[in-house]
Amino acid sequence: MRRIYLDNNATTAVRPEVLEGMLPFFTEAFGNPSSLHWAGRQASPAIEQARREVAALINAKEEEIVFTSCGSEGDNLALKGTVEALQSRGNHIITTAVEHPAVLDTCRFLEKKGVEVTYLPVDREGLLDLDRLERAITSRTILISVMWANNETGVLFPIREIGALARKHQVRFFTDAVQAAGRVPVDVEEAQVDLLSLSGHKIGAPKGVGILYIRKGNPLAPLIHGGHQERRRRAGTHNVAGIVGLGIACRKAAEELETVPTRVTVLRDRLQNGIVSLIPEIKVNGALGLRLPNTLNLCFAGIEGEALLLRLDMEGIAASSGSACTSGSLGMSHVLEAMQVNPLLGQSSVRFSLGRNTTSEDIDRVLEVLPPSVQKLRDMSPFWKAGSRCCAVCLSQ
Amino acid sequence: MYSEKVLDHFSNPRNVGEMADPDATGEFGSSHCGDTIKVFLKVEDGVIQDIKFKTFGCAAAIASSSMMTEMVRGMTIEEALQLTNEMVAEALDGLPPEKMHCSCLAADGLHKAISNYRDGIR
Ligand SMILES: Cc1ncc(COP(=O)(O)O)c(C=O)c1O
Ligand SMILES: [Zn+2]
Repeated sequence: MRRIYLDNNATTAVRPEVLEGMLPFFTEAFGNPSSLHWAGRQASPAIEQARREVAALINAKEEEIVFTSCGSEGDNLALKGTVEALQSRGNHIITTAVEHPAVLDTCRFLEKKGVEVTYLPVDREGLLDLDRLERAITSRTILISVMWANNETGVLFPIREIGALARKHQVRFFTDAVQAAGRVPVDVEEAQVDLLSLSGHKIGAPKGVGILYIRKGNPLAPLIHGGHQERRRRAGTHNVAGIVGLGIACRKAAEELETVPTRVTVLRDRLQNGIVSLIPEIKVNGALGLRLPNTLNLCFAGIEGEALLLRLDMEGIAASSGSACTSGSLGMSHVLEAMQVNPLLGQSSVRFSLGRNTTSEDIDRVLEVLPPSVQKLRDMSPFWKAGSRCCAVCLSQ
Repeated sequence: MYSEKVLDHFSNPRNVGEMADPDATGEFGSSHCGDTIKVFLKVEDGVIQDIKFKTFGCAAAIASSSMMTEMVRGMTIEEALQLTNEMVAEALDGLPPEKMHCSCLAADGLHKAISNYRDGIR
């Protein structure tokens, strides 16, 4: 069976160029970059080369890049490291209700330690109210943490405007750019970002490597103590091959930023328009003009998202769902909940996230498989009354 | 993650649909995850002659509903009241632990329909 992968927001395959570039660092160039001998000397320039490539993608300086093990580590380091370093200045963080769990759960952990956290709401389209953000800033505020792009809906936040606000009030600004970096232009100078996390496996590098960008003059307490690596900002022997892979992936993403997003947008829009015209009672989640090029999140009224995913999987199509009755609490994702999606409708959400390898034929195939799969599930749903548009109520809300 | 039987009952659910003139119906929604079943019963001389269902839920919920209808068709309503969620899950060769609650739906929906039948509620 033909396999179609439309879950690139979950992870991506390692690019062939990336794999090829990494391979020597498992065998002949295996040295520890901290070692002074010949073996170490093979590894350390490769790390510095990767650092330049990552820095170039986000317009940072090399010394502002700290290699981490993943996006979650970057998020934890940014939040916990700031709270620890700035405890004499204040104890208030402003974030949003729709962040990735790596940010939200860290904030909840910090709340238990006495930190005050404001979780800004979003509107029905998933957008923030910037006035509200500004009003939330107090003299005790030490950090604003707002993701660049939402992983479930693809909604892009106004990072430049938030950066300007943060600068005006002299509050540190952290953005989780795990879904954005390499997919849309990300410039830490233009956006006046102080901290930014990025993860390799979302952009064709392997799992187990990421970075935290730390603007000069923004000291952080480390999460991992130990050796002198990364200017004492992150101890631990470098994941040399992974870091090399991340460098190549960032260089490739930067080279393709003019072409790939445009192509992917066309395919995503064709998928979206096809679904909306072929299947009744569909809700597209997230502000239409303000999304990542590759992400499409929809509700299929009357059916449960996971059941639809399994039907698609049986046809070789991999997508994902924010809803899962395993997650308890009525199975709706916290993102759709924050967007005030009707709870019943919210359980029917499915996310398609395209990649640089997605083809027009892939989209054709999904548009062929999806309508009968949805119909079959709707036919067995007590909430779907054929002809009477059961969920009109949910959709009109 | 799912057994062959679960996948089979999910892709080709038995007895799915509505009934024109049921002797009783029962609807049950899981407060845990929102999965919902509606059961339609035809009862004659205390025996379940026909049963249909409609389910909103994940693959485990749909497969459990389908399996439940196969198990209780032809049973007396007393026998059907003995059916437990564990029995449905077992007949499906088990469910992943985090999905066990989805099978609750099937037995509970059935019991609801039977209790409505006894109370004379259609
Ligand atoms: C927005 C966002 N932040 C953080 C993460 C966590 O990244 P990682 O899987 O590398 O820890 C993800 C991954 O899904 C993400 O989408
Ligand atoms: Zn379920």
